[in-house]
Amino acid sequence: MDDTLSLTVNTLFAGIMLGGFFAATALGVTIAFGMLNIVNIAHPAFVLLGAYLAILLNRWLSMDPFVAGLALAPLFFLAGYAVYRIYYLCFERSGQDALRGLVFFFGLLFLIEAFLIVAFGVDYQSVHASYTDEILRWGSLAVPLRILVPFGVSLAMIVLLRQFLKRTFFGRAVMAVAQDPVALRLMGTSPTGIKSCALGLATATAAISGAMLVVIQPIQPALGREYIGMVFAVCILGGMGSLYGALAGAVILGIAETTTATFFGPSWAPATAFGLLVLTLAFRPSGLFSR
Amino acid sequence: MPRSSHRRQILGLMAGLGIAPFARGQPTRRPLKIGMGMGLTGSVAANGKAALLAMQIWAEDVNARGGLLNRQVKLVYYDDQSNGSLVPGIYTKLLDVDKVDLIVSGYGTNFIAPALPVAMRRRMVLMSLFGTNSNAQFKYDRYFEIKPNGADPAVDLTAGFFDVVASAKPRPTSIALVGVDNEYGAMVLQGARANARKHGFKVVYDKTYPPNTTNFSPMLGSVAATAPDAVFVASFPPDTVGIVRAAHEVNLRTTVFGGGMVGLQYAAVKQQLGNLMNGLVSPEMYVPEPTLSFKGIEAFLSKYQPRAEKLGVDPLGYYVPPFAYAMMEILGQAVEKTGGTDQKMLADYIHATRFDTVVGSVKFGANGEWEKGRTLWSQYHSVQGNSIDQFKRAGRVHILAPAEFKSGDLRYPYPPSVS
Repeated sequence: MDDTLSLTVNTLFAGIMLGGFFAATALGVTIAFGMLNIVNIAHPAFVLLGAYLAILLNRWLSMDPFVAGLALAPLFFLAGYAVYRIYYLCFERSGQDALRGLVFFFGLLFLIEAFLIVAFGVDYQSVHASYTDEILRWGSLAVPLRILVPFGVSLAMIVLLRQFLKRTFFGRAVMAVAQDPVALRLMGTSPTGIKSCALGLATATAAISGAMLVVIQPIQPALGREYIGMVFAVCILGGMGSLYGALAGAVILGIAETTTATFFGPSWAPATAFGLLVLTLAFRPSGLFSR
Repeated sequence: MPRSSHRRQILGLMAGLGIAPFARGQPTRRPLKIGMGMGLTGSVAANGKAALLAMQIWAEDVNARGGLLNRQVKLVYYDDQSNGSLVPGIYTKLLDVDKVDLIVSGYGTNFIAPALPVAMRRRMVLMSLFGTNSNAQFKYDRYFEIKPNGADPAVDLTAGFFDVVASAKPRPTSIALVGVDNEYGAMVLQGARANARKHGFKVVYDKTYPPNTTNFSPMLGSVAATAPDAVFVASFPPDTVGIVRAAHEVNLRTTVFGGGMVGLQYAAVKQQLGNLMNGLVSPEMYVPEPTLSFKGIEAFLSKYQPRAEKLGVDPLGYYVPPFAYAMMEILGQAVEKTGGTDQKMLADYIHATRFDTVVGSVKFGANGEWEKGRTLWSQYHSVQGNSIDQFKRAGRVHILAPAEFKSGDLRYPYPPSVS
């Protein structure tokens, strides 16, 4: 394989892998913002919280970060459930869920950040797993396991979640609740209960995404803020509420970023990715893969 | 018993125990306040907190000796949240409301530059902590930078790296330059280009990357495709880890790989990269090599390290903390020798004096930078596993430049076969 072809193949592969990680991080926002109309801007902070707790379990119990993420998921579900109850009682019930709700989630983001600073300190922290330094090589294609493993976990999480939402009554109720809560109530289901569980589910994904984050890069408490733009971009590009759409949107963003970084310079990468988002909003405002 | 007699007895008892305000031997004057904004949360908090701890240790040491000018030293600080826009307000408050006697900067160029105009308006001496060429545009005559960049920071900072590269045989002819797209990266790359020209290296790649980049493999792939003889990187901590890993992943083969990679000096990053650090050439501020022996550094580190571990900040403390302590030593010495806090006298004294500190001998030039740069260009050797204790012993980090501190020779090519 000649050098340019090899570079192109490696770049595309890196973009796809990166997209998988972006998709997992944006999954919670896709559920909260895309399906429930809740602008959960604190989601990246929950991802970071998941990352720190995964480090803790890794150090205490020598637990693999992803196993730690799975173990933490039920706790995160409860946290998400509780957050929605507070949000509902304080804002949504009184119809003040737009601007005040946004402020609430901003506050939550800073609260989690402050907690992380107090509990874990401000130094960079990381985790070591058996695969973090391993690289698979096929000819000139190099695939680091620290990127491949999160990609695989992300793919599995998205497929399982999609099947769960598609094949269960709860899943269909989640997809229906933002569109027509009255119809849902007429079927004997509480929209508030469905939304509580759905935000719990969205937050549970943050525990696993956190494990991915800490495998990919070292973390510090303020890192969550850097992911706010990206997770909402993926959610909007993918079609606001479509899980496979989010995956496709994330992969498109990942490929756009890596291709630009390789062939035109890394400084242009965010401009290309967000330029793509602007074009999507201009010509297909409901996202590339909206239903 | 009459109330006044009772009060006299209590006061007498307190005086006897040495805890009354007028107890013999205790300073009776108001404390000498030193104010600063410091990034205690946000992106630079790791260094901000470590620096503050070092300054607190200095204040405790000074106060244990009776304070400065018979006044206890009190540090007044506010969290600038790693947000430069908050810095001018913080320094205005420190000077107008808290009435501090002296000011020092927070950590880093992005937080020194916004403090400088306030200091200049009030004609205050500003001791600066790890700015890179912050005073280039202001040219303020009461500014003093503790980071040993040298008289021309943009060029002097990276000169050692290029001297090291030029020493390889056969002599490298091409170099790739990569830097983070912020003030630090821009300044360091500017100096690197000048040094590349000086040595006659052909620049085959010269690009910046955005600060929130997650995957560096595409960029390093492009760098590797240009087959440079040396690769120079100016990066911030999380990027440094990503770049080193990506170099490993894309199988980067070159003669010398390194540069102004911030982060390699931190225990957390050393711990994470482990033996992937072997062969990298990077600036260190202090390493426990036999060629570096400064009076007081070990005593300082023995106080710093146990407390840092509890606070969750850099447990090694080889990067910013000794310099934060030294900066305060210089300010303290100037106050004592001039007998007050007159800003002109302090500035004149600091300009004219060579100071002995925990980071060695410090003499400032006319622009407030170190008269002679002393960035320790170092190479990592025989790093095994992820324990940080190995970095507390000599031998893991060899100093390549400057010559007076050299403790080992450059080993090339990169990567070394043992890693």
